[in-house]
Amino acid sequence: MVWSNPEHEHYDVASQEDVVRVRRAVQGYAERLGFSVLDQTRLMTAASELARNALVHAGGGEATVEAVTRGLQRGLQLTLQDHGPGIPDLELALRDGYSSGDGLGLGLGGAQRLAHEFEVEPLMPSGLRVVVRRWRGQP
Amino acid sequence: MSGQIPLLVLGDTVLITIQVDLHDRLAVQLRDDLSALLARRGCSGVLIDISALDLVDSFIARQLATMAATARLMGARTVIVGMQPAVAITLVELGVNWPGLLTALNVERGLAQLSEDHGVEQPRA
Repeated sequence: MVWSNPEHEHYDVASQEDVVRVRRAVQGYAERLGFSVLDQTRLMTAASELARNALVHAGGGEATVEAVTRGLQRGLQLTLQDHGPGIPDLELALRDGYSSGDGLGLGLGGAQRLAHEFEVEPLMPSGLRVVVRRWRGQP
Repeated sequence: MSGQIPLLVLGDTVLITIQVDLHDRLAVQLRDDLSALLARRGCSGVLIDISALDLVDSFIARQLATMAATARLMGARTVIVGMQPAVAITLVELGVNWPGLLTALNVERGLAQLSEDHGVEQPRA
């Protein structure tokens, strides 16, 4: 069971500048939680990929950054939620090189590799929620 | 957060030091500015210093690769220098593949690499 801290930060993702803002926020949060520089980089890179995905494929969305705990583990959780068309074929979208936009096709799969836990769920009536979690001090 | 990234011409080499948070539009603009400059000045080397960047995501990686490929077609070689260790590890984990892209530890070594390669066509992996 993952417990999330009531304290969280919420950001709209409606422009490229917002994508930068979200990754900076994630970096700041990760630093405050005591993550290593490498983990901060992993988390902000995952945030950048996911926020861009929401912007490019869904025209925008919302990002939530929060501290989470599970037993003695302390972690950071990032949630990206959009109200776009969703992903028709998730397995295909997670495969490297697959892209419907102007990227490398590493967005979702890349973010997954940079996190410890990764969840994607469709929203009703439309949209997508992607959750990534990374625990402090774990390889 | 907006603004332009300056392109410095030193003899035959263009030196680009990226010191701002790159959003996507800025990265694309840099690519366009570089190709325009190469067309105008005919430089043979491009050095891109990313030591101030604490993030290179897949889009920025792609723009850097595109810049190098474009410069190549215009007769210039590109060396990316100064990548931070955490950025390098993250790029590998992200799955970014940079075939044919030259990198060096710092500006000095990057310049040395450009002068070694000067005028010599090398097969590229």
